Amino acid sequence: MLLSTRWIRDHVDIGLTPVELAGRLTMAGLEVDAIHETGPSFTGTVVAKILSIKPHPEADRLSLCEVTTGKDTYPVVCGAGNIRPGDVVPLAKEGATIPGGITIKRSVIRGEVSEGMLCSEKDLGLGEDTTGVMILPADLTLGCDLTEALDLKDMIFDIGITPNRADCLSIIGVAREIAAITGEKLRYPASTFSENGEEIHRITGVEILDPDLCPRYSARVIRNIMVKPSPLWMRLRLEAVGIRPINNIVDVTNFVMMELGQPLHAFDYNLLEGGRIVVRRSHPGEIFTSLDGKERNLPADTVLICDSAKPVAIGGIMGGLNSEVRENTEAVLLESAYFNPSSIRRSAKTLGMITESSFRFERGVDPMGVIGALNRAAGLIADLSGGQICKGYIDQYPQRIKTVVIPLRPKRVNEVLGTAIDRHEIGKILKSLEMTVNKTDGGEGVYQVTPPTFRVDITREIDLIEEIARLYGYDRIPVKLPHVSVMPVMKDRKKILEDRIRGVLVGYGYSEVISYSFISPDAVDLLALEKDDKRRQLVKIKNPLTEDQSVMRTTIVYSLLNTYEKNTRNGCLDLKIFEIGKVFFHQKEGELPLEETHLGCLLAGLRYDDLWPFKNGQADFYDLKGCVENLFDHLKIAAEVKFKSDNRQAFLHPGRSCSIYIGGQFVGFLGEVHPDVLVRLDLKNRAIVFELHLDVLAANFSDRVLYRDISRFPSSARDVAFLVRETLEAGEMINFARVTGEELLEKVHIFDIYTGEGIPERMKSLGLRFSYRSSNRTLTDVEVNQVHSRIVKRICALTGAKIRGEDQIKSKELGLRIKLEEGRDDKDRHNPECI
Amino acid sequence: MIEDIEELQKKAQADLSLVETQEEVLAIRTKYLGRKGLLTGLLRDIRSVAPEERPLFGRLGNAIKEALSKKIENILREIGKRNREDALRHEKIDVTLPGRGVRHGRIHPVTQVCEEICAIFTGFGFSVVEGPEIELDYYNFEALNIPKDHPARDMQDTFYVEESIVLRTHTSPVQIRVMEKQRPPVRILSPGRVYRPDSDISHTPMFHQIEGLLVDRGITFGDLKGILTSFLKQVFGEDTTLRFRPSFFPFTEPSAEVDIRCVMCHGNGCQVCSQSGWLEILGSGMVDPEVFKNVGYDPEEVSGFAFGLGLERIAMLKYGIADIRMFFENDWRFLEQF
Repeated sequence: MLLSTRWIRDHVDIGLTPVELAGRLTMAGLEVDAIHETGPSFTGTVVAKILSIKPHPEADRLSLCEVTTGKDTYPVVCGAGNIRPGDVVPLAKEGATIPGGITIKRSVIRGEVSEGMLCSEKDLGLGEDTTGVMILPADLTLGCDLTEALDLKDMIFDIGITPNRADCLSIIGVAREIAAITGEKLRYPASTFSENGEEIHRITGVEILDPDLCPRYSARVIRNIMVKPSPLWMRLRLEAVGIRPINNIVDVTNFVMMELGQPLHAFDYNLLEGGRIVVRRSHPGEIFTSLDGKERNLPADTVLICDSAKPVAIGGIMGGLNSEVRENTEAVLLESAYFNPSSIRRSAKTLGMITESSFRFERGVDPMGVIGALNRAAGLIADLSGGQICKGYIDQYPQRIKTVVIPLRPKRVNEVLGTAIDRHEIGKILKSLEMTVNKTDGGEGVYQVTPPTFRVDITREIDLIEEIARLYGYDRIPVKLPHVSVMPVMKDRKKILEDRIRGVLVGYGYSEVISYSFISPDAVDLLALEKDDKRRQLVKIKNPLTEDQSVMRTTIVYSLLNTYEKNTRNGCLDLKIFEIGKVFFHQKEGELPLEETHLGCLLAGLRYDDLWPFKNGQADFYDLKGCVENLFDHLKIAAEVKFKSDNRQAFLHPGRSCSIYIGGQFVGFLGEVHPDVLVRLDLKNRAIVFELHLDVLAANFSDRVLYRDISRFPSSARDVAFLVRETLEAGEMINFARVTGEELLEKVHIFDIYTGEGIPERMKSLGLRFSYRSSNRTLTDVEVNQVHSRIVKRICALTGAKIRGEDQIKSKELGLRIKLEEGRDDKDRHNPECI
Repeated sequence: MIEDIEELQKKAQADLSLVETQEEVLAIRTKYLGRKGLLTGLLRDIRSVAPEERPLFGRLGNAIKEALSKKIENILREIGKRNREDALRHEKIDVTLPGRGVRHGRIHPVTQVCEEICAIFTGFGFSVVEGPEIELDYYNFEALNIPKDHPARDMQDTFYVEESIVLRTHTSPVQIRVMEKQRPPVRILSPGRVYRPDSDISHTPMFHQIEGLLVDRGITFGDLKGILTSFLKQVFGEDTTLRFRPSFFPFTEPSAEVDIRCVMCHGNGCQVCSQSGWLEILGSGMVDPEVFKNVGYDPEEVSGFAFGLGLERIAMLKYGIADIRMFFENDWRFLEQF
C-alpha cells in the first residue's frame, strides 16, 4: 500500500526523518519496503501577484502584465483571459524549467519584453486545465517558491500491510499506529457541514433483503451538485497514493476511502428507478455491466445493490455503468456500507475483480466507522461541488456486529513472552491502541479489554498479547534457551538409507541433481509405456504454470533424461547423475495420490574423466551395473539380489536391460535406454539408467555385520574354460556352481568370456575360477580335485557344457588347469596352454 | 713369482679401470678370481715358488686377492648404485599432470544446506520427519488456521489437483500430522519440497523449505529468540547481527520475521538487500492456540514455537548465487562447484 507522508502529517505530528519513521513502522509490524521522493516537474517558479494588466499594443489576444514577487517587479506578456489585477498566480522566472523540456527565457513578444511566464496547471504539470492561468490562494506568501508554497514535495512509503491489519489500509489507520508508537496525538478529520436539503426519508429509502451479505447500509443524498475536476490539494493526495483523479464526486469517495479506510460509492440519484436502494443476493446467471464496461456473469450469492427495478452496482466491488456519476449528474446518493468479508472475497475471486474497495471489505472494515465516513464524504462533496445535503441519513443495521470484551491475564502475558512487564505498563500499551481497559474485581487482576471496532483482528487474549509485545518492542524481550528435558532423536530409516546412498554414489563419481516434480503429460508416450502401466496414472495439476509442467512425475528416469539432454546442449556429454525424489500415482477421486520415493541414476559418455594417459571408452551397461552392485554391497543387503533379463520396460533396450529383485521382490530396473527413445528425446549418445524403489530397499538394508572368522589356511584355485551355448547366462553357471552346497568352495567367479577363433558358432567359452579353502586345514591336491571334479561334472550335466580342450588333451585328473598369460587385457585373448 | 703376482695385480687394476657395466666387472672377477682365474691359478701354483719365499708369496698373494676382491665388490656396488640412480632418473614423471581416476560426485547444494541445518537442530534434540508432498486442503491450510475464503490464502499461491487436494505450499502440514499422532513434547524439523505457482529470478514453482516446531511446557517467545539466534549464528557466523520484527502468519501469534544484517554490504545498503541493510531469512512465531486446538493439545498446558525458511534462499546467500532457477537447471558446470 502506498502511503503519503505529507498526507499523514495532517493527522499526526512526525518528529522523525522519513528513514527513521520507516524504521519505526517496520519494527512495529508495518514493513516499509521502499521509500521514494516525489515532487513537481518544474523549477524556478514562485508566487507572484498581478499589479496591472494592459492590453498588448501589437496583439489583440495578448496582454501586458506587471507582476510582483514582493521584492521585484517583472513585465510578463500573457495570453490568458482569466486574470485580474490582484490575482495571485505562479510566475515561472527566467531560467525556470517546466514540463516538456522548456526553459523560460527573457524574450521579446511582438515588441514587448517578457521576463517570465504566468503558468496554467497544465504548463506546470499539475493538472489538465489549460483554460487560463492558475489562480492561487490569496494568502500565499509572495516570492515564495511554489513547490514550498503548495507543499508539492512528498515522501511515499510502500508498506506491506499484512492481511490481519485491515485497520491500516488507510491514512488514519497508519497515523493511529504512528501515534501509538511515538506517543504523539492523533487528529481525526473534521466533518462539519450544514444540512439544508429536504428530509431524506421523503426522497429515498434502503431495504436490505439479505442482511447476511450486507449487515449495515447507510446513505445520504446531495442535490444540486456541479460535477467538475477536484481542486489541486485533493488531486495531489490521490495521485500520491496511486489513484487517478476523475471528478470531484468520485474523487471524494476515493479520498475518504484512503483517508478513513471505508470504501464509499456514489450513484447518480436521478438514474435510480424509484429513487431507492434494495440490497439483495444475485440469482444464478444474472448479468450485469460494471463501470469498466465489461459484461459480467454473476455467480450466485453475490451482493447486489439495486434500485427498485434493477441492479445498479456489485456491492463492495464495483459500480454499474447504468448509475455512474457523469458530467451532467445533478444529484448523488452516497453509499457507506459494511459487507460480509467472506462473501466479498468469494465474489471478487470468482469474478476476477479485485478493487481497492473489495480489498478492504474482504479484510473487514470498521462497522462503527460507516456513518463517520458517510458524513465526512457528504461534507466534502457539498464543499467541492456546491451541493445541498439533504437532512438526515438512512442507516439500516439489521445485523449488529457484536463488540467483544476480552479478559486479559497480565500473568499470562509474561508467561507467553518470557518477560516481566508490569500490569500498569500493559494497561498503558493497550490504551495507546485505543483499547478500553477495565479492571475486574474477581481473580488476580484480570483486565477486561474492549478492542476498538476497527481492530477486526483482535478477538482473543493471545491477540492482545501480540499487540503488547509489538508495542513493547520485540527487541526488548530477553533471549534465552528453552529448558526442556532431553529426548531421544528419532532418525527415520528411510532418511538413513538416503544419506548412505548419497555417500556411496558420490564416492563413485555420481552427482546429485534435483529436478522439478512436474513433467509434461507427453512423457508417458515418449517412454512408450504400456496402456496399463501404473505410471500412466498421472496426477494432473488444475492450474499449472505451463503445459510441460502440468502433471506430477511417475518416474525419475524421464527427469534425468531431460537433464542429460540440457547438458548435452551445453556441450557436456559425459554425465554421471542421480536423484532421490518422490513419484506420484493417481488414486481415486478425493484420495491423496500414492507417493513413492525413488532413486534414479543416469550414466552417459566416457567411463573415466577425459584425461591425458587414460585408456578410456564409452561407459556401458556393466559400468552402471557395477555401481548398483557396489551400492547393494554398501547397504549390506542380506537377501538375494537377482538381475533378470525380463523385458519389463518399453523404454529400455530389450537386449541390454534387466529387472532387479531383492529376496524375490521387484525393486527396480537397470538398462540402456532404447534407441527409439533417444531419438524422440533428441539425444545423440547412449545413456544407461536405473531406477530403484527406495521403500523396498529400506526394508532390506541393514547395519548388521555377519562376521566370519578368517581362515588361517591357504586357498587353492582351479580355472576351467567351459564351452557353452551362447545364450546361456553366466549367472546361471555361477548359480549351479554355488548351489552344489560344497562347503570347501569359497569363491567362484568368471574371469573370461571368449568367442571367435577356435570356438564353434553359437557357442562361447566361459572361463570360471574356483577357489577352495578349508577353515581348519590345508587342503591337499587330492581333496581339492575330488570336490572340483564333482562340481565341474555337475555343471556340465546341468548346462550341457563341455570342458574346453577336453578332447584334445590328455590329463591325469578330470580338472584341467589353464595357464594364463600375465598382462592380458581386453583386446588380447589368451591361448590356452595345458600343463 | 712375486713379481708375477704384482704384475697380475697391475693388470687386473688396469682392466678394472676400463669397466663400465656389471657384466664386465663380473667377467674380470671370473678372469682373475674365478675357479680358472689367473690369480687363483697363480696362487695355486705355490709349489713352483722357492720354499723360503712361500710364506711371503702366500701372504702377498692372499692380500692381493682380498684387495682385488674388495675393489671388485666396491666397483660392483658403485655400478649398481649408478644403475639404480639412472633407473630412477629415467622413471621421472611430470607431477603436475592431473591424477587418474574418476572425480568424486557432488551432493546438490540444496541438500548440503539442508544437511547443515538438520545437523544444527539435531544438536538441539530435534528429530527430522517428512510428510506427503501432495496434501489435503485441511492439512495445508485449515488445520493451520487458514480458513477458506480468507485473505491469508493470498499469502501463498497454490497449485490445485482437486478442490480439496493441493500441492503443499509449505512443510507446515507435517507438523499437524505429527501433533495429531503424538502427545507433547514435540521437537521436530521437517524439510522438503514445496510448490507455489510463481516463476522469476527469485521464485520457482518448486522449492525447498525447512520448518521446525518445539512444543513443551512453559515455552516462551524468549525461547524462540534464543534458539533462532543460536541457529543463525551457527549458519552465518558468530558475529551475525539479527533482528526480530513483528509480522503475521495465520498459524502463529505473536509472529515474527527474522532478518540478518546483509551479508553483502554489512548493513550499508546494496542491491541484494534493496538498500535496507537487512536480509529477511525466516518467519517464526508462537504456535497459535487455534492450531493446538485443531490437534487436540491444550493451549493452557503447553506452548510452543514454529519457524520456517527457504533452503534455496540460504544457499543463494551463502554461495552468492543470483538466480534461483539455477538450482533446478542441473547444469554440470553449476553442480561441480559445490
